[in-house]
Amino acid sequence: MLALLADIHGNLEALQACLEHARSGGATRYAFLGDLVGYGADPAAVVQMVRRYAAEGAVVVQGNHDAWVAKYSGAMSEGAQDTLLWTRKVLGAEDVGWLGSLPLCVRQEQRCYVHASAASPARWEYVDDARSAKNSAQAAGVAWTFSGHVHRQVLYFGAWSGTMTAFAPVPGNAVPTAPTRRWVAIVGSVGQPRERNPAAAYALFDSVRESITFQRVPYDHLTAARKVRAAGLPDLFPGEPP
Amino acid sequence: MSPRSTASERLMPGEQIDDFIVWERLHVGAQGMVYRVTGPERGFPLLMKVPRFQSGEPAENLISYETEAMILPVLSGPHVPRFVAAGDLRRTPYIVLEQVEGQSLESMLDCSPMSADDVARIGAAVADALHSLHKQEAVHCDLKPDNVILRPNGEAVLIDFGLAWHARFPDLLAEEDRFAAGSTPYLSPEQLLGVRGDPRSDVFSLGVILYELATGELPFGAPASRGGLRQRLWMAPDPPAVLAAGVTPVLQEIILRCLEPQAENRYRSAAHVAFDLRHPHQVPLTERAVRVRGPGVLARTRLWWKAHVPTVTPTPIKRALDSAPVIMVAVDTTHSNDERHPAIQRETRHVLSRSDEFRLVCVSVISAPPLGASGADGASALHVEHLVKLRSWTAPLGLPAQRVSLHVIVAPDPARALVDFARRNHVDVIILGAPRPRQQPLAWMRSVASGVTANAPCSVHVVRIPEPKEPADASAMVG
Repeated sequence: MLALLADIHGNLEALQACLEHARSGGATRYAFLGDLVGYGADPAAVVQMVRRYAAEGAVVVQGNHDAWVAKYSGAMSEGAQDTLLWTRKVLGAEDVGWLGSLPLCVRQEQRCYVHASAASPARWEYVDDARSAKNSAQAAGVAWTFSGHVHRQVLYFGAWSGTMTAFAPVPGNAVPTAPTRRWVAIVGSVGQPRERNPAAAYALFDSVRESITFQRVPYDHLTAARKVRAAGLPDLFPGEPP
Repeated sequence: MSPRSTASERLMPGEQIDDFIVWERLHVGAQGMVYRVTGPERGFPLLMKVPRFQSGEPAENLISYETEAMILPVLSGPHVPRFVAAGDLRRTPYIVLEQVEGQSLESMLDCSPMSADDVARIGAAVADALHSLHKQEAVHCDLKPDNVILRPNGEAVLIDFGLAWHARFPDLLAEEDRFAAGSTPYLSPEQLLGVRGDPRSDVFSLGVILYELATGELPFGAPASRGGLRQRLWMAPDPPAVLAAGVTPVLQEIILRCLEPQAENRYRSAAHVAFDLRHPHQVPLTERAVRVRGPGVLARTRLWWKAHVPTVTPTPIKRALDSAPVIMVAVDTTHSNDERHPAIQRETRHVLSRSDEFRLVCVSVISAPPLGASGADGASALHVEHLVKLRSWTAPLGLPAQRVSLHVIVAPDPARALVDFARRNHVDVIILGAPRPRQQPLAWMRSVASGVTANAPCSVHVVRIPEPKEPADASAMVG
């Protein structure tokens, strides 16, 4: 069982809840699909935790926020710049360097891991419709493409005619994904899920049954939100005010 | 990666595939072949369906196979064959499932036109099966006599889920509309326009089956051209009573309501179809019941125009069914002055306010009249007396006639009679009164409310009126 976690965004509480949920669901392997940092109050703890998984063989790809923290020096709004500088300071040069060294895209067997679109990973294009999903799947060239970036869980599947179709998955329901077709799974965001539901989102891929199960995990999002405010970061958190 | 071509490869008797040994071939069709197989003992006979693939053409049969292999394993209950195993699509695609014992509805068409009673009995059994499927968030999408087997006990089993749709799985046929057609004589208008996943499409197909059983004819023929097919978007069929004298006005009402071109004019739930087929005296008749010809030019033009306006997307199946519940209220007509009646009426009104397409079933269970006191006339007079009381009980609710039905049941054990009635009629919620908490301790144990609550197949709203305030020392005097 392979756990797929994207868009953690420095949210330690959400990450811990998802990892615990995945472990009890039988996960033995892990893939982190980018955007470990940004928005949340605990980028250092999150990076440390993901690095421990990476040391044990987990796949980690780079997201746009990771790349910005590592490299960006161009123009941006004042709030964004403050967050960027704060994150660099909290992380330290070593972790920032590690984020900068992450690959954009990893292919293993029939699986491709990429934060945004496999068609142009460094351009951070959103895979948010059938056409962009098809482009990503074609570029990936494998049966299963696992991505984040779009903070909403969607499963795209290829038709025999070559087009792709979007399916809104039902959390907790295992969907068979035989590799006779192409599949693009947008696994949702661990740290900043959308859809007016603060529960953290991730997915489990069962490589024996070749099925994918999207998950939503409730966690203490109020504490996470409080920590963001306490750190003086812009309040972009999901969920209700405390 | 491509599955092996089974078009030319016939499995031979005695051949072993995974855990199963293949025996005689039972059926050869355009979609594939069906063999009898044996395998690890399950307590029921087994079939193996092997899809037929044309080499180099990944088409209809393959997608149907994938669809059935995805949906059948998650379905349960007596109205679908039990799933046993599926082969790997890349090596040996097959599905092993229960061989359902019984008679195909197709083979019973030889007896059509059937009597209204037989049509109602078979139709209600098929509607039960559809409702069971719809409650599991699936739509069959290819309902036809070939795909219905009647077990010896009268229950219907739906088979062949190759074109089915399930709310929790991707619809592999969504983008393949040249395949997703289904069987043309039974196909609903909206399916023709590519809309899938609406349970009312199955209700339409059920209407075609009822029409065929009742008249021996297909309401829209078996058109081969797309233009001919599209006629059902605006054409109403000949009223069935015109074709077969045995069709009662009630049966015609039910059939034509199932066959309404616009889905919103049909029954929203197959449970309601089953209910009407089982309780013909409770079906309010409309213009449909007495129709002697199809719609006039004006009505047809209106429908034709509507047929060219894009249809709305179907409501999610769960919400659609939730909005069409069967709600049963137990009314004690023997004790008309019981102080609980207004409270039960209030609760009923409250439950009804949550849906717009409900069916309210009011049931009174009475005991048999004393022996020798009456005879048939007396029994019937008693029945009418309680029906009148039931009707007056529902009057304050101000409900239209087609939403309410009234039932007086003579039975010695009211709790059991209510539960049986609820089970047979797909009741979603039961409302009934309970004794006061401080009535003698055994009152609850002996009450109808406790018997129904313990055994009901659905939720039960137990209505209780608050205990009046008593002096502090009153409890010492109780019991």
